[in-house]
Amino acid sequence: MTTTTATPSPAATTSQSVRQQQWREFWFYFSASKTAVAGLVFLIGVILVALFADFISPHLPAEQYREFAETPPAWMEGGQMRFFLGTDYAGRDMLSRIIHGARLSLLAGCIVVLLAASIGIFLGLVAGFKGGWVETIIMRVMDTIMAVPGLLMALVLVALLGPGLLNAMVAIAITYMPSFVRLARASTINEMNRDYVTASRVAGAGPLRLMFIRILPNCMAPLIVQGTLSFSTAILDTAALGFLGMGAQAPLPEWGTLIAENRDLMLSAPWTVTFPGIAILLAVLAINLMGDGLRDALDPKLKRS
Amino acid sequence: MNQPLIKARDLHKYYPVKSGFLQADKSLQALSGASFDLYAGQTLAVVGESGCGKSTLARLLTLIENPTAGQLTLDGIDVSMAADSATKKQLRQTVQMVFQDPFGSLNPRQKIGDILQEPLIINTNMTAEQRKQEVLTMMARVGLQDEHFHRYPHMFSGGQRQRIAIARALILKPKIVVLDEPVSALDVSIQAQVLNLLIELQQEMGLAYVFISHDLSVVQHIADQVLVMYLGKPVEQGASEAVFSNPQHPYTQALLSATPQANTERKRQRIKLIGELPSPLNPPTGCTFHPRCQHATAQCKTITPEMEPRGDVSVACLLVK
Amino acid sequence: MALLDICNLSVEFATAHGALKAVDGVDLKLDEGEIVAIVGESGSGKSVAMLALMGLLPWTAKVTADRMLFDGQDLLTMSAKQRRKIIGKDISMIFQEPMTSLNPCFSVGYQISEVLAQHFGGSRRSHKARTIELLQQVGIPAAETRLKAYPHQLSGGMCQRVMIAMMIACQPKLLIADEPTTALDVTIQAQILELLVELQQANGMALVLITHDMAVVAETADRVVVQYAGQQVEQRAVKDLFENPRHPYTQALLRALPEHSQGELLNAIPGVVPGQLDRPVGCLFNPRCEHVQEHCRQTPPTRNEDILCHYPLPLAGQKP
Repeated sequence: MTTTTATPSPAATTSQSVRQQQWREFWFYFSASKTAVAGLVFLIGVILVALFADFISPHLPAEQYREFAETPPAWMEGGQMRFFLGTDYAGRDMLSRIIHGARLSLLAGCIVVLLAASIGIFLGLVAGFKGGWVETIIMRVMDTIMAVPGLLMALVLVALLGPGLLNAMVAIAITYMPSFVRLARASTINEMNRDYVTASRVAGAGPLRLMFIRILPNCMAPLIVQGTLSFSTAILDTAALGFLGMGAQAPLPEWGTLIAENRDLMLSAPWTVTFPGIAILLAVLAINLMGDGLRDALDPKLKRS
Repeated sequence: MNQPLIKARDLHKYYPVKSGFLQADKSLQALSGASFDLYAGQTLAVVGESGCGKSTLARLLTLIENPTAGQLTLDGIDVSMAADSATKKQLRQTVQMVFQDPFGSLNPRQKIGDILQEPLIINTNMTAEQRKQEVLTMMARVGLQDEHFHRYPHMFSGGQRQRIAIARALILKPKIVVLDEPVSALDVSIQAQVLNLLIELQQEMGLAYVFISHDLSVVQHIADQVLVMYLGKPVEQGASEAVFSNPQHPYTQALLSATPQANTERKRQRIKLIGELPSPLNPPTGCTFHPRCQHATAQCKTITPEMEPRGDVSVACLLVK
Repeated sequence: MALLDICNLSVEFATAHGALKAVDGVDLKLDEGEIVAIVGESGSGKSVAMLALMGLLPWTAKVTADRMLFDGQDLLTMSAKQRRKIIGKDISMIFQEPMTSLNPCFSVGYQISEVLAQHFGGSRRSHKARTIELLQQVGIPAAETRLKAYPHQLSGGMCQRVMIAMMIACQPKLLIADEPTTALDVTIQAQILELLVELQQANGMALVLITHDMAVVAETADRVVVQYAGQQVEQRAVKDLFENPRHPYTQALLRALPEHSQGELLNAIPGVVPGQLDRPVGCLFNPRCEHVQEHCRQTPPTRNEDILCHYPLPLAGQKP
């Protein structure tokens, strides 16, 4: 008889345990990479530090202890435990400034990625789905953006919009958009040829339903990876703009700005530029390591079975 | 009321192909001249190798694409005349499709219940409760259990996925189902289960099947009529018993003899087909089959044979008298 | 002495849901010049067993065997370097997808002569002559002009012929064909199967044909190994097996073929192949077996006369 039914794995009966199972599988592949887990742990640490900056940092970031200006870190000669990583030219505690800077840098990264991804994915989806002249226009505009070096483009945009952290983020987001558009378009075209999309069409589904409910969720994996990796470069680029004086403005303890304002002390008080630099380096490294692990876990082609 | 559900007359589909800078575009004759009638409760099998136009025919019948020439009437409605959205919607509900690959045809991010409800959401005004009831009834009918409603496709085996795909095709109560190689991706033991289900559903609901397949042993079992195609052209057409017991066209004969059978005694003389399928972009002149045909004569290279009745079947061959 | 002698081969994969036993105690003996078919549904471990023999499994796989001898050499204790000398020269393998098995960036002539250079050395000129000879041998017309062709310029059948030419270039003693015709059209499938048998007879190779198609087995092989859920359930001469299957699974599989159906419906086997998480206790086939008895649900059977069943079906003409 044909009406026999087999029971699939008993472990999965409700949708909740399905979620759990998916998570477990994700974690299995993700945790296979020790470096990715290390990156994730470090990143969580940075996020916690950013969230609780007010409680953790020993001093207020803007408070100036003039008499202690350019104090070296605690373990160097003349250092004090009060100012563990030393102070800058105005006697502000470096550790507190870096801790508060984590907030700004992470926020900048988040906003840049969200902005670039949401607009980019939308345009890419439309381009891949519609084809024809719509696609040509969108893709040529993106090609034009990509033809100009990213930082230069961002500089020009900031020059137009005026310096400031918000404008810097918008400018960087615009330079990041093309990679999302391209990726979303490629996955959309790929998914369009799948039978389940045709099946939806035969059932009479309209273009909006096809695009956003059917196709988009299936394109997310590479986009998430791209988002993570862009997050790290976004932090770098915000820092770079800050260093050039076009991003976050002076008293704000953004990491790039920290380096910029202490540029003159590079030789006499090297700790004032070294520690913000190390903070940028570690955060970006952690995010990249995690992104690699994420790609391994989400990309079915790289999965070991 | 003995009107055919599908009435196809001389269906053609050409695709333009860019052949290069400064060269005239060619056209790919994916399907040229398919005609048939299909009645309720009957199965038409479309047989042929890759590139013979089977899938193009499926795309025309399921209204994914429009024919370049020819007339297609589904359940009494001429497809080319159906301009307003209400008629189109009605046509959509008449024809549904089951795909070959049960892994690609179900959206991996949707639960089974949502996959099956989607056609109802789009095409009917049922309440959520009614929809769910409808879906559960259909799931039970194809041999799925209620608790499968909240599961995702990847938790099912190929055979069960194909059951889900069948349920999705039938949920709108269509009259015609186009089955595009529905069992060729399945294991032998599962193949039989799914074929049996299809046969039972056909008897129960009086469905008309267009069964596209390259597996002649399956076709022989399930089909009432057979349409054999080669390079986009029908070469032989007729009742299943007639075609299988006494194949007329040399291509049908070759196809039958090439199909292996689970019989260790049958070390028979195979009709060897020389060479490969020609490119559909550049089909041979005259009878398209002549370069591979062992009976080909000089006139086969120049004269294009038309489908003509020969006894119980129609054959497109100059040599069959 | 047998050309290939495998005893109790098992392969386990580490997955997100624990260990997966893909192959469970497979025995296989193969003489020179013999055609053995391994049949089974997907998940029966038929390909994995042969990949394990070739040493082509990813590192997550754990291969164990009591004995794995090829031509008198022990493949288990051999170093990877020694193994590579045998793999590709004495044992070759062709795969299901001819298009993806060939490297799209190089011409077919280059790819074949690369194999020759790897295993024999020698001059380019001699390779070219040998390549043309090989292409002619596998029935490719106008072989000289095809040397410069790239895989995408050839059809699926032609690509499979090129693959076969490449694999017989070193005159292997054993050729493993993993579903060699599944991706091809029926008329091309007939051609390729015929070619394989011809080459096997001409070169005296042993041929292992992995397939899911009982009809292909019936027309090609001398001996059949039937696998189910990683286990080897029956191993017999082709003629005996088709006339008088002794394992209930083999019998059910043969009955399920459309040409063996009586009446409107087919004789389907109920249920599905057990997955990783729902393996039954006792005999793995017991939930789907029509001859099942209480004993089958409790105790896993042991192999007896190459049949893995507590109650094998009787030989024709014998009372049970």
